Amino acid sequence: MDLTILLTKAIIILVIFGITLLIATYSTYAERKVAAFLQDRLGPNRAGPFGLLQPIADAGKMFFKEDFIPAQANKWLFILGPCLAMLTALMASAVIPFGDSIRFGQYEIPVQGIEINIGMLYIFGVVSLGVYGVMVGGWASNNKFSLLGAIRAASQNISYEVALGMSIIAVLMMTGSLSLRAIVEQQATTGFFGWNVFTQPVGFIIFLVCAFAECNRTPFDLPECETELIGGYHTEYSSMKLGFYLFAEYINMFVSSAVISSLYFGGYHFPFAAQAHDALVNALGANTGHNVATALGTVVFFSKIFFFIFFFMWVRWTVPRFRYDQLMNLGWKSLIPLAMLNVVITGAGLLFNFNYATWIVVIVAVLMIVVSSARAPKGAVAVQRT
Amino acid sequence: MNELLTHFKQISATGYLFWGLALITVLSAIVVVTARNPIHSVLALIGTFFCLSGHYVLLNAQFLAAVNIIVYAGAIMVLFLFTIMFLNMRKDDEEAKTTTAKIAAVIVGGTLLVLMLGIFKAAQVGTYNPTTFDNKTGLVENLGMQLYGEYLLPFELASILFLVAMVGAVMLGKREAGDRHF
Repeated sequence: MDLTILLTKAIIILVIFGITLLIATYSTYAERKVAAFLQDRLGPNRAGPFGLLQPIADAGKMFFKEDFIPAQANKWLFILGPCLAMLTALMASAVIPFGDSIRFGQYEIPVQGIEINIGMLYIFGVVSLGVYGVMVGGWASNNKFSLLGAIRAASQNISYEVALGMSIIAVLMMTGSLSLRAIVEQQATTGFFGWNVFTQPVGFIIFLVCAFAECNRTPFDLPECETELIGGYHTEYSSMKLGFYLFAEYINMFVSSAVISSLYFGGYHFPFAAQAHDALVNALGANTGHNVATALGTVVFFSKIFFFIFFFMWVRWTVPRFRYDQLMNLGWKSLIPLAMLNVVITGAGLLFNFNYATWIVVIVAVLMIVVSSARAPKGAVAVQRT
Repeated sequence: MNELLTHFKQISATGYLFWGLALITVLSAIVVVTARNPIHSVLALIGTFFCLSGHYVLLNAQFLAAVNIIVYAGAIMVLFLFTIMFLNMRKDDEEAKTTTAKIAAVIVGGTLLVLMLGIFKAAQVGTYNPTTFDNKTGLVENLGMQLYGEYLLPFELASILFLVAMVGAVMLGKREAGDRHF
């Protein structure tokens, strides 16, 4: 019995691992295709049909490049850097619930690596460790530009972690649990308009912005900056070590899309999911029907994830980047106070059993924008404050 | 020696996990002290915190384990690493250690060792009652109930202490009117 559970867990974890790598691989292809689409180009189309073999060609190129370690670099830490980046990126997907559960015989296996009651804290822990890969790699290169890039990336990450944590507290208050599965189940019971994106719009926006900053994606991709820092923290890296750093970014993107979908967009839940489940169970029998319903939920969850990965790319090729002081001001002076206000208003709403209280913040913000844009003199460029 | 062997034969998988984890904890703690390179020292300290979190998980205190990782390994040690990276202590830190400093360090360390030995010999190790023992004490729900119920006042006082410390840090870090821009 114990061995069966252990084996099924091992299989599930391996499958999640494989899917994560596969999606990250094809995210690189999708990124180029999306960029090409947004810039009215064709994108990669030579390797295989529609250029589908492009990621494999890239990986082959990366592997066969010279693996160079600078003479003055700290060799073991230089190797440890990309390992840590990859490790922390892959660890987070363990607690994400990818679907309801699979039933066969007497067993009921949740489609999830591990179900722990502190799932959200686990993800935070892993995210906060992601800094080490960057910092260790940047320092071990023994290059001033790498070090500056690493410091920049690390300070950006730890600044936005604070707002990320604060924005999630409101969701935790709504659910009363730290388990991601419990959060998804709670959204499933309250129906489509009970999804946290409708009850927590401000929290969702803060979380989304912080997720962009944590993944070092545009408009917050300051760690990489050719004009100022050569290449950022991975200036000295070549071959597959560089590949791991770049790859870790895509894995992070996948994981944060999955977390956003399960925290705010109902995870594997979709409208009329319960009715679909009942109909399938009636048509196909208890076990098969349940499993087909689970598969349907998983497909829905993955389509949500793919939408958010696309959203990440869409923003990257649309929005210009922030200046560094603007980034810090946004994080510390706007997002953190907003997140605290969000927590307080959510608490007040819960006191009166009203789940949609944070819309007050949205309404006030929209009013302020309308008023200030109406009063601003037309055609004059506002002076930038530093 | 024989007792140890029979002990190892009797313990369960969790016992082996504990011994393995304890071994790594002690080893990485030794590396923290003996490493020449301060960066290696900090990384070993991070490893030690990880092992401590592992011990918390073995004690079924998952919340404490996660918070230990987030706060110590994820936030405080990052700041340590920041500072040490900027100091760039690579070669000339050996010269700073004079004979007087070494003698003082030995005396302080020896005193600490004697004190610890004395305390562990004199103090009674706490016991527990297996019939009333609740293995869910460390889970987040119970912990929250305890903190916001029985220990509400100390908890709130601690948070006020943090607030004061935060305000103090902001005041210290604030650039005043005549200060130089770096």
